[in-house]
Amino acid sequence: MVNLLWLIPLLPLLGAIINGALGKRLSRGTIGAIASGSVALSFAISLGAFLQMLRMPDESLPIVQSYFTWIEAGSFHATCGFMLDHLSGLMTLIVTGVGFLIHVYSTAYMQDDPGFYRFFAYLNLFMFSMLMLVLANNYLLMFVGWEGVGLCSYLLIGFWFKKQSAADAGKKAFIVNRVGDFGFILAAMLIFWTFKSVDYVQVFAAATAMPAEQLGVVGTLTGICLLMFVGATGKSAQIPLYVWLPDAMEGPTPVSALIHAATMVTAGVYMVARSAVLFDRAPGALLVVACIGAGTALIAASIALVQTDIKKVLAYSTVSQLGYMFLACGAGAYAAGVFHLMTHAFFKALLFLGAGSVIHGMGGIQDITKMGGLRKEMPWTFRTFLIGTLAIAGIPGFAGFFSKDLILSAAWHSPHYGRILWSVGLAVAGMTSFYMFRLLILTFAGRPRYTHHDVHHVHESPAPMLIPLVLLAIFSLLAGYVGIPAAITGSHEPIADFLRSGTSAAEAEHGSVALEWALMLASVAAAVLGLALAYVFYVRRPELPARVSSSASALYSILTNKYYVDEIYSAIFVLPIVVASRQFLWQLIDVAIIDGIVNGIGKTVRSMADGLRHMQTGYVRTYAGWILFGGIVVVAWFLR
Amino acid sequence: MIPISWYLILGAALFLLGMLGFFLKRNIIALLLSVEIMLNAVNLTFVAFSSHNGQINGQIFVFFVLVVAAAEAAVGLALVIAMFRNRETLNVDRSNLLKW
Repeated sequence: MVNLLWLIPLLPLLGAIINGALGKRLSRGTIGAIASGSVALSFAISLGAFLQMLRMPDESLPIVQSYFTWIEAGSFHATCGFMLDHLSGLMTLIVTGVGFLIHVYSTAYMQDDPGFYRFFAYLNLFMFSMLMLVLANNYLLMFVGWEGVGLCSYLLIGFWFKKQSAADAGKKAFIVNRVGDFGFILAAMLIFWTFKSVDYVQVFAAATAMPAEQLGVVGTLTGICLLMFVGATGKSAQIPLYVWLPDAMEGPTPVSALIHAATMVTAGVYMVARSAVLFDRAPGALLVVACIGAGTALIAASIALVQTDIKKVLAYSTVSQLGYMFLACGAGAYAAGVFHLMTHAFFKALLFLGAGSVIHGMGGIQDITKMGGLRKEMPWTFRTFLIGTLAIAGIPGFAGFFSKDLILSAAWHSPHYGRILWSVGLAVAGMTSFYMFRLLILTFAGRPRYTHHDVHHVHESPAPMLIPLVLLAIFSLLAGYVGIPAAITGSHEPIADFLRSGTSAAEAEHGSVALEWALMLASVAAAVLGLALAYVFYVRRPELPARVSSSASALYSILTNKYYVDEIYSAIFVLPIVVASRQFLWQLIDVAIIDGIVNGIGKTVRSMADGLRHMQTGYVRTYAGWILFGGIVVVAWFLR
Repeated sequence: MIPISWYLILGAALFLLGMLGFFLKRNIIALLLSVEIMLNAVNLTFVAFSSHNGQINGQIFVFFVLVVAAAEAAVGLALVIAMFRNRETLNVDRSNLLKW
């Protein structure tokens, strides 16, 4: 199976080509089967390769397969090849597994959309790009996948491009991501400049061999890591580049689930974990990663508290959870970050698909203040959504609890500002629990707040949408147990040991068992407190939210306006560019200078011709005279 | 033996005559004749130099000029006929449509 590694990304590409080229002539069933089938096959191969890899001794890892020389220019050499180790294997499984379920879900969700085949062509293309990103064996090939997922994200956010807001959101995502990609490509150049290679194996070996005095607090490695992290902030929606992700909810809901929750946005986390060797040797950069992660988690969670659009709540929650992952990576616990990435992929895909099911059932309504009481109409959606909520809130026994606990413990043991990072993480855990239960209660509990005038027939979704929900709910229940806390079993978390060989990072620190128990209890307390608050606010005393928001109206309006970040960016970056483009580039450079030159040449020629054309009298004699004159001039020239 | 200058003077005189004819006459056939005179003036000069220098080149050149002149006369007269049919005149001063 390992030898079939190249098929994993290629099959979805094939699906994309078939659906993209012939989709107009194929039936919807065929299109769905091709798209889902290619991803299912990829998943099967990934699973086979993964199991085969598990049986191999650790020394034979990573498995690197080079297919051909891609670029050969002077001393620069890049191959096209794939690398399979514990980290990329796990990522491949997540991407193809969750991706497959979402493909199946989409066949029902997009059933009535006129762009059906286009949607699946894009979705498959995305799978191809994402798998290239994950499986690449060097930074340059990773960049290809990196750009590819950015492109597909743009295409899918703007899928309903006739809607102005969707087209704008697509452009915003693309442009904001460009900023991050610029950081990535600079990092790749700097890596080549420093290590004379972009190949993972060679770069990491060279970085490990680097003498300690070259590292320092601030050195080349810090520069590389910070530039890489700029790329990660773009793709993984961190401060300051997170603004595109909430707007990306303009896309179809399965897209939000697949790209903007489960897979693409984790690319940054994957890259940081992949480059753990480099980050471990750049403590300054690690601190930046941890602080940005914690800050993003806090700010996004606080915005999520007041959102009323079901998808926007989940979008900010995603940003917040991604911040969590970076907090873990910044604390040096890459395994915890990737573990959370995995559990998050399951429960956030579940939540988004559940939200999609709700929107589908409600006939397009997304405002949770207009929902309520859906528990009876959509029992399966409710049950799975409940599991997802319990998982993300960190209730013990569900997946999110284990990964969050691991991250909080890592934050506590972080070498710098450990207590502060931990407190932020804890606060975010409480807020997460609050806003998720608020969402759950407002959507499913209580009485319906919609009238039958608004919504004709609330109905449960069809089986192809419910089966992925149930499967994802099972994963959200069980996925956490691969990371069962050390305090309970007495040994390391299995997932941490498993990923350590992949990231080759230093062993995570552990405190005493009592401390670990205390940290765990604190995180559970935060989750339960959030749950209790949500219960009080939205079930017991429904008049409370309005009272709180009016008594703290300044804070409330800051939150509902998302800290005015969009407005600030618009004033600082967008407006100057627009003004400069209009006044300087357009009116001055384009209209005055370039058009002036072009039209000026035309006018000059024309006015000259206006004078000269009078030589053409039409009389034979005049022409003969000119010939004579010319002859005289020539003869005079020779006789001179 | 007649010196070469005589031939050259005769050639120059003929050429001038042709040129004056071309500029002064209005009838298009007279214009064509003037062109022929100029051509033959040049031919005379060619032959004179050829004989004077004892080289055959000039005479060969004259043959070419004669052939071209014959072709030109054929085309020119055809044009004259076409023009006359169109405009009912041979006066070149009344055919000045091809102008600015």
